Amino acid sequence: MKAIYSLFLVFALVLVAMFGAGALGMEYLFGVLIPYLAVLVFVVGFVLRVVGWGKSAVPFRITTTCGQGRSLPWIKQDKLENPSTTGGVLGRMFFEVFLFRSLFRNTKVELHDGPRVAYSSSKWLWLFAILFHYTFLVIFLRHMRFFTEPVPFPFEMMDRLDSMLQIGAPALYLSSVIILVALGYLLLRRLFVPSVRYISQPADYFPLYLIISVVISGIMMRYFVKTDIMAVKELTMGLVTFRPVVPEGIGTVFYVHLFLVSSLLIYFPMSKLMHMGGVFLSPTRNMTANSREVRHVNPWNYPVKVHTYEAYEDEFREKMVEAGLPVVKPLDETSEPAENKE
Amino acid sequence: MAIQKPDVLFKGISHRPPQKDWMDVPAQIKPGRYCYAGDPEALEYVGLPNPRKWNPLDDDWKLPENWQEIVIGGLKERLEKFRSFKIFMDVCVRCGACADKCHFFIGSGDPKNMPVLRAELLRSIYRGEITKAGKILGRFAGGRKLTEEVLKEIWYYYYQCTECRRCSVFCPYGIDQAEITIIGRELLNLLGLNIDWIAKPVANCYRTGNHLGIQPHAFKDMIDFFCDDIEEICGIRPEPTFNKVGADILFVTPSGDVFADPGTYTCMGYLMLFHYLKEEYGLDVTWSTYASEGGNFGFFTSHEMMKRLNAKMYMEAKRLGVKWILGGECGHMWRVIHQYMDTMNGPADFLDVPVSPITGTRFDSAATTKMVHIVEFTADLIKNGKLKFDKSRNAAIKATFHDSCNTSRGMGFFEEPRYVLKSVLDNIYEMPEGTTKEQTFCCGGGSGLNAGENDEIRMMGGLPRANAVKYVHDKHGVNMLSCICAIDRATLTQSVNYWVPGVEVCGLHELVGNALILPGEQERETDLRGETLPGKEEEE
Repeated sequence: MKAIYSLFLVFALVLVAMFGAGALGMEYLFGVLIPYLAVLVFVVGFVLRVVGWGKSAVPFRITTTCGQGRSLPWIKQDKLENPSTTGGVLGRMFFEVFLFRSLFRNTKVELHDGPRVAYSSSKWLWLFAILFHYTFLVIFLRHMRFFTEPVPFPFEMMDRLDSMLQIGAPALYLSSVIILVALGYLLLRRLFVPSVRYISQPADYFPLYLIISVVISGIMMRYFVKTDIMAVKELTMGLVTFRPVVPEGIGTVFYVHLFLVSSLLIYFPMSKLMHMGGVFLSPTRNMTANSREVRHVNPWNYPVKVHTYEAYEDEFREKMVEAGLPVVKPLDETSEPAENKE
Repeated sequence: MAIQKPDVLFKGISHRPPQKDWMDVPAQIKPGRYCYAGDPEALEYVGLPNPRKWNPLDDDWKLPENWQEIVIGGLKERLEKFRSFKIFMDVCVRCGACADKCHFFIGSGDPKNMPVLRAELLRSIYRGEITKAGKILGRFAGGRKLTEEVLKEIWYYYYQCTECRRCSVFCPYGIDQAEITIIGRELLNLLGLNIDWIAKPVANCYRTGNHLGIQPHAFKDMIDFFCDDIEEICGIRPEPTFNKVGADILFVTPSGDVFADPGTYTCMGYLMLFHYLKEEYGLDVTWSTYASEGGNFGFFTSHEMMKRLNAKMYMEAKRLGVKWILGGECGHMWRVIHQYMDTMNGPADFLDVPVSPITGTRFDSAATTKMVHIVEFTADLIKNGKLKFDKSRNAAIKATFHDSCNTSRGMGFFEEPRYVLKSVLDNIYEMPEGTTKEQTFCCGGGSGLNAGENDEIRMMGGLPRANAVKYVHDKHGVNMLSCICAIDRATLTQSVNYWVPGVEVCGLHELVGNALILPGEQERETDLRGETLPGKEEEE
């Protein structure tokens, strides 16, 4: 049901753009105002979220240690999995952010008669997650040719590499195929793996459908429904130079594509997609594990009520003396019992 | 209560979740899977809120009138105080990588024991009651209201987490269910929703210094009793000191070692080592009856309670004027020492940076806490050839090593214990990959779950660990599971006996004590457990 609700919601977005930009001809709204608003919401929302996290204190060093820690000199430290220096943390974060290190570790559990519990390596999620993220990045960068004039060499290069198989005309982008396969895997996994379906929410299906429809509308535009690419570039250049123009005859499918992208941008800051920013800030990963070695300060540390030795001795003095344990005050000197202190 | 037979329990595990949405499946509090409610006297003693008699099976939990306000206020406060918590509430993508990593999910099949879903129990409240999107979109954004039913569910499952952090190793964002559980329990504690296996030890630790409530004279008696045993076995009597002002080193160990088998044998090992070091090198180690608990039960309650209990170690070290502190074989104790102690209760500038007076080794990695783990201390002694061993006394033992969750995923303490083990024993076999070191499995009893009334969930949670032990037991004849945590020693003894009869559990220093050649000792006939040593059988 959750999957279906989310699907309907994305359909609704498509219809809104089709009617709005197509039938009703509100091209300026869909081509200029909404994209501007979306970028604004995205940037401001993203910054506010990150600042919000940044404002929360980091009282303790709770690094998850996934390798041998710094110890005696003859024991080899695993500097990447258990960093005690900033350099080590940077290395760890590099592997985490760019290569999805933790996900690479993924295993799968199976129960067999015996009774036996077996674990095997399971890298499919890692593989398709990394394919999705990198192709998304490539597609994003490839689109920069619409927002630059003249188009810088790296973007040109990227475009050529992406279409190097030269299948069809216009040449098929590899990234289009890979991202659809990866998204398909991520979606089917949610729909058909019972435990993953159980934990999935509308908020998990919705962005998946949304991104899939962004990709599909993009592909439609390039290969199936005619779009005036020069007019599109005129519009996008107008947007980035803050001299917005809406050329004639771009075609509705472009506005559908743009509206879905705008929706994604608006949805981004209030959703789980913020993991893009959060991954850098996770305290279990981005801190050194050296708090036994270097003093670390908790900004809200406050004094607490403790049970002092004096109060303890007052309660047990007799028994301690009897057992031959040393005491500070002899038995006969007992006067006022010591107070617990703040 | 009686638990089913292992094969029946195993056959009953299904990893297929129900068809209904998890929000529509209210928690059923099942006997055998929860611990009794905290005794009001214990709560009163340490000033915890809402002390009263209540029963988790009753409908009425006797909550304060404004309980929702308290929880939501507490939640907001903690979102500002802990970036970890805030991030972990926001960035989970529910990829499910953590789902089958939790020993409680593997062993029970209860989907709410998947770390992602256990966290979601609280996240749904965060969304439904705090975030704007969640307030507006409600269930579509995964939000729900904080009702009594929801609160009960959180209580039930947040006391079914051992804070072992295994999920956090596999999470692409390092989301740590332990961190969420710790804060969830803080919130529950604001309403007086504790469990007795934590509340009583907390009050005991506060009052007597240790979780069992052993008073000073009894604490000394227990240790004297071990000295009697050692004298009987070796012909030599250690003479430990207590609360001695001016000693070189203060030694703090989990009180489980002083009270419960098989930790007691580990304790005998410590006593023998300290006796040896005193005789050979004049090292003066003292025990404290006041700071007589390493294991921090406050850690299972709240950050504040952890700090209140942990403070004793530094206060006592200061009072006694020792140079630095040595800590025994314990899990949570070391997680707290490694990650929290100096920040909460430091700077310990009245202590020296630990230097082994025997080897001259400076423990730079403990430069600020001034606390050294006894296993790294012993490893350094062995590496420098300062101890003499007779390995043959451990010849009947085929051992494997269990990495404790807290020393593994909270410290990265892997090679030190293995080095000590190899030095006192020849027959060592590692458990299969994926179940050791940072991927180690919990004993099932950490985080305050080691009670009698929740046997069932502990045996379920102990399955992954015990099953890996079974593998080396069947393949190599392993008969001893060695470890460096007191809760492990208590819990694993039971769960290993349940899943893999024929394997015993020990601490490392028990094996050190067995092998250590004390100056002037008599020829030993038995090991520390009173079992006849290999080669001595015929003389009887």
